[in-house]
Amino acid sequence: MSWAETFRTAWDAVRSHRLRSMLTMLGIVIGIASVILTVGLGQGAQDQVKSQISALGSNLLIVSPGSSTDSSGVRGGFGSASTLTLQDADAIADDAAAPDVKGVAPVTSSNAQLDTSTTNWTTSLVGATTSWLDVRKRNLSSGRFFTSQEVSQGAKVVVLGSDTASELFSGPANPVGQTVSVGGTQLTVIGVLASSGSSSSGSTEDDTAVTPISTAKALTGSSSSSVSTIYVEASSEDRLSAAYQEIDALLLNLHDVSAADADFTISSQDSLVETANATNETLTVLLGGIAAISLLVGGIGVMNIMLVSVTERIREIGLRKALGATPAVIRNQFLVEASLLGLAGGVVGIIIASLGAWGLPDLIDQPVSVSPVATAAALATSLTLGIGFGVYPATRAARLTPIDALRSE
Amino acid sequence: MSTLEVTSETTDAVVSLEGVRKTYHSGSIEFEALRGVDMRITAGEYVAVVGPSGSGKSTLMNILGCLDVPTQGSYHLGGEDVSTMSETELANVRNRRIGFVFQQFNLLPSLAAWRNVELPLVYAGMGSAERHERAVEALTRVGLGDRVDNRPGELSGGQQQRVAVARALVTEPDIILADEPTGNLDSGSTTAVLGLLDELHDSGRTIVLITHEHDVAARASRNLTIRDGLITADDLVGAR
Repeated sequence: MSWAETFRTAWDAVRSHRLRSMLTMLGIVIGIASVILTVGLGQGAQDQVKSQISALGSNLLIVSPGSSTDSSGVRGGFGSASTLTLQDADAIADDAAAPDVKGVAPVTSSNAQLDTSTTNWTTSLVGATTSWLDVRKRNLSSGRFFTSQEVSQGAKVVVLGSDTASELFSGPANPVGQTVSVGGTQLTVIGVLASSGSSSSGSTEDDTAVTPISTAKALTGSSSSSVSTIYVEASSEDRLSAAYQEIDALLLNLHDVSAADADFTISSQDSLVETANATNETLTVLLGGIAAISLLVGGIGVMNIMLVSVTERIREIGLRKALGATPAVIRNQFLVEASLLGLAGGVVGIIIASLGAWGLPDLIDQPVSVSPVATAAALATSLTLGIGFGVYPATRAARLTPIDALRSE
Repeated sequence: MSTLEVTSETTDAVVSLEGVRKTYHSGSIEFEALRGVDMRITAGEYVAVVGPSGSGKSTLMNILGCLDVPTQGSYHLGGEDVSTMSETELANVRNRRIGFVFQQFNLLPSLAAWRNVELPLVYAGMGSAERHERAVEALTRVGLGDRVDNRPGELSGGQQQRVAVARALVTEPDIILADEPTGNLDSGSTTAVLGLLDELHDSGRTIVLITHEHDVAARASRNLTIRDGLITADDLVGAR
């Protein structure tokens, strides 16, 4: 008996029990769809984080306060204390001390509510120096950035992110020249940042308000010289590790601490991507594992139904044997039937996953990237599941003796 | 009985059983269903095997149909010794040499009549165009040329049994083995199906009919009576 005939016989059997075939496939469908979607979600999240971090610039180092030990000996983690100061930033900017550093941008950050006469918007208020624009590789879409004079005077000026500008000043009116108030202090809008180009919506890169660092300190009532983060631009990507060494040595010396007690953390784009990926990967593996288990359960479902099917069609098997079907032919028929169920489940699962990948980003604001490799692997898996879990029922069917099979009622 | 005689008799006969015994084991209980059956059926004969239930009739039918193998003794079908064959070899012998007609018709409900009839040809590995042609031919032969596309559910009991006869015919087998073929039919359909078997016999087919009804057995040219696992009578029926 040819494979084409075996295939046709199996297809007839699948088709003549439509409802049961569909219910059997359901386990595989759900398993395959969830595996593809979880992997796609993980991949999408990774791509998103990567693009956000890449937007920072590839020769950027980020110095954050952290790993401090307070007076009672309690060690705090990343960002738990404000150990970085403007003096640190000035020291790093010194060409002699750190020759591989091209630009330094110390920032403070806090959240603030911005009011106009008609509306208000809460956003992150960044206090920066004039170098911020260069170091962060940002551009203005209109107006100008503040000058060093305005920084030293604490001028009441603000530069808005593109999203923030459109939230506060809807319509065609140019925000430049308008005023916003923060806690009763009037600030003049002198410029609007161009969009950072980061793909995801709701990125904080575009929802921000930048003021001179002195102004930000006045607004938040802080008198200390501490800063939240110091962005450092290395002279080139090749000099990134050299710049890292220089900053590290400089700050350890300034803070008078050993490397083990360092009260700051220096990270680069790469290390940020790595950290983010590690987190994402753990999640993807976890969710993918759960999805894989559901796939396994789906496979067991196929085996269960195939066993029921063998028992139910025992007379048919007997008849086919009486008419000349060899044990191998019967075994192949049931194997092909199981793999058809698996494969069909895989195809439907892929269709559902594709629909999900197309619809989900609108619902949960999270990109899903379905890779062709994952899809092909899912298809192969569903076929393997069908064959794997079909072997036992098929062998049982093949082993039935024709008289026992014919005789059963 | 000399060895020479046995050989010549074996080659003439389509079916040749010698000292066939079949013992079933059910736990520690042994049951001997056939206790040394010898029989010969030559080509073109129409033989009825008659006996009450429990006589070993069904066991004999299973062995004749190569659905089961004897515990002891030998069975030659068309000159081939089938008593020592493997499952796969037996399947091929059933496919080529035997056409079955069962009491329960045993048609596959999801397949059209012609596709039921072509099944043995599928297992024989024949191409699909030729299969269709021969299936339609066989159905026409049994008077169902206009019902080839009907499913069994759309046919009467008598028509279903005629489809089964067509399926038994389609491979041009050495023998047609009919196991209580009229057991599930009303008298009208019984007459039609038995008439069909008569016609097949007239055209030279070898038919073995298993039945417990004497008026059905009377249609055959020879009656073998089986009782307690032994052939007790072998009568030529002169009725026809």
